[in-house]
Amino acid sequence: MGLAGDAAIVGLADWKPARKYAGAPRFTIEQFAELARLALEDAGLEAAEVDGLVTARIGESSNFVPATVAEYCGFAVNFAELVDLGGANSVGMVWRAAAAIELGLANVVVCAIPGRPTPIRPGSERVLDPRWFYGASSPEYGSPQAEFEIPYGHLAQNAGYAMIANRYAAVHGYDPRAMAKIAVDQRTNACANPDAVFHGQPITVDDVLASKLIADPLHLLEIVMPVHGGHAVVVARRDRKPRWPHRPARVVGCGEHLAIKSPAYAKDLLSTPVGPASELAFRMAGVRRDEIDLACVYDCYTITVLLTLEDAGFCKKGEGLAFVRDHDLTFRGDFPLNTHGGQLSYGQAGGGGGMSQVTEAVRQLRHDAGVRQLRRCDTVYVSGTGGVMSEQSALILRGEA
Amino acid sequence: MTTRSSDPAFAKPLPLATQTSAPFWEGLRRGEVCLQRCEACEAWVFHPRSNCPRCLSTKLAWRKVAGTGRLHTFTITRVPTAPFFADEVPQMLAVVELDEGVRIPSTLVGVAEDEIVIGMRVAPVFEPTVGGESVLLRFTKAWAPGPR
Repeated sequence: MGLAGDAAIVGLADWKPARKYAGAPRFTIEQFAELARLALEDAGLEAAEVDGLVTARIGESSNFVPATVAEYCGFAVNFAELVDLGGANSVGMVWRAAAAIELGLANVVVCAIPGRPTPIRPGSERVLDPRWFYGASSPEYGSPQAEFEIPYGHLAQNAGYAMIANRYAAVHGYDPRAMAKIAVDQRTNACANPDAVFHGQPITVDDVLASKLIADPLHLLEIVMPVHGGHAVVVARRDRKPRWPHRPARVVGCGEHLAIKSPAYAKDLLSTPVGPASELAFRMAGVRRDEIDLACVYDCYTITVLLTLEDAGFCKKGEGLAFVRDHDLTFRGDFPLNTHGGQLSYGQAGGGGGMSQVTEAVRQLRHDAGVRQLRRCDTVYVSGTGGVMSEQSALILRGEA
Repeated sequence: MTTRSSDPAFAKPLPLATQTSAPFWEGLRRGEVCLQRCEACEAWVFHPRSNCPRCLSTKLAWRKVAGTGRLHTFTITRVPTAPFFADEVPQMLAVVELDEGVRIPSTLVGVAEDEIVIGMRVAPVFEPTVGGESVLLRFTKAWAPGPR
């Protein structure tokens, strides 16, 4: 049962994150095609070899998305999927691609999430669209959020994560300095990654705590940094080539879990879906927590990292703050976490931000991570988080022997 | 050309009742909190649904409840969650667990910031929207002792 590990991430593409992209705007499908070209080139594969694709939503079509992407890129595929898991898209895409490959449906699957600006219709101006304010919340008629949350001001993400953090504080206690350390350690990692948007800008715990309070207890520097960018990976049958240009990252375990859209209705606000998702992934991979060389944890907020460390089983429930205090989470440390800087300090290219966690895992497994390279990296844990801890996914990647 | 102040898309969003949820909103207008209870599995249900989220039964009956409960969690925003709520900053966003066990997203009113404690007893406040379109269910600190 589960993945045998016959599929591997063999190619990747990262567009360097930018606060404001200086190039010309391109449509999502154009960006998808370009990211696919770069990732295939990295894998040493031809476009004609692609027989599967996984996409997120695109700007140019609200439905029939996979066919729109396939036609534009010139891909004839046996496996096409539109994933709608918010920030969990990246991890969700990779395991779906691996599963399709192991089922024999496809051999080479492109997964891409563009996040650069798109053009606006000629003659119109870029107007402020009120829909942007809603974030993960749906304002559509009949949506329970539109009716029972949004009128009270419960919308988008900041407040939801803040309420989870406050509940954590009431149940398990709180240490703002330990929470800030999560952001600080990741910033240290970003300072070793020339591609990170905050490269060259180290911060301290006091800086985090002195940054603007957005929603108690979360400060600005505990909240993800939106950037322009984009990421793609190519997942392929590992035996498709006798030799790959780079060490393949085998997909040996995966899991996914979701039960609620709004955290208000979570059975236990502090027992997040990444728990069952990670348990499935570790069990499938036959890997122990202490065998993980690198944790690439989805980090939209510091509280997401804290709860993922606990719920994925790296420490016990309620002991996350002590774990953060007791471990060095940098690339030089005893528990390397988000060595690229995380989305907090590398940057979050829209819905593709979580794919940076996947590509960093692959770079470290390839021993191609520059000055932040871990001495030993064979097994990596990756998580993805959508909405307000609503949908979460987990992967175990293992470097080809 | 529409400006932001005249564009209804930028007005503060109001609840729009559905056929399923109407009894909840009608209850608030009378100053009553009404919840659905599943006659098949006895689950209390919120938000209102056509089918019970525990057993999918359609036998959901409306019951009037006290509307009291405990503060499950909260946050105080220093930046509005959206521009429509700029006039409410600091927003005291809350999730309340009613005594029936269901949770309700809402806000706290009539409470000082330093009085807010997770686990405190809360009581319902029925607050009409500015234009009188609807009555919202907000909560305040309850002084009467309740079940522990």
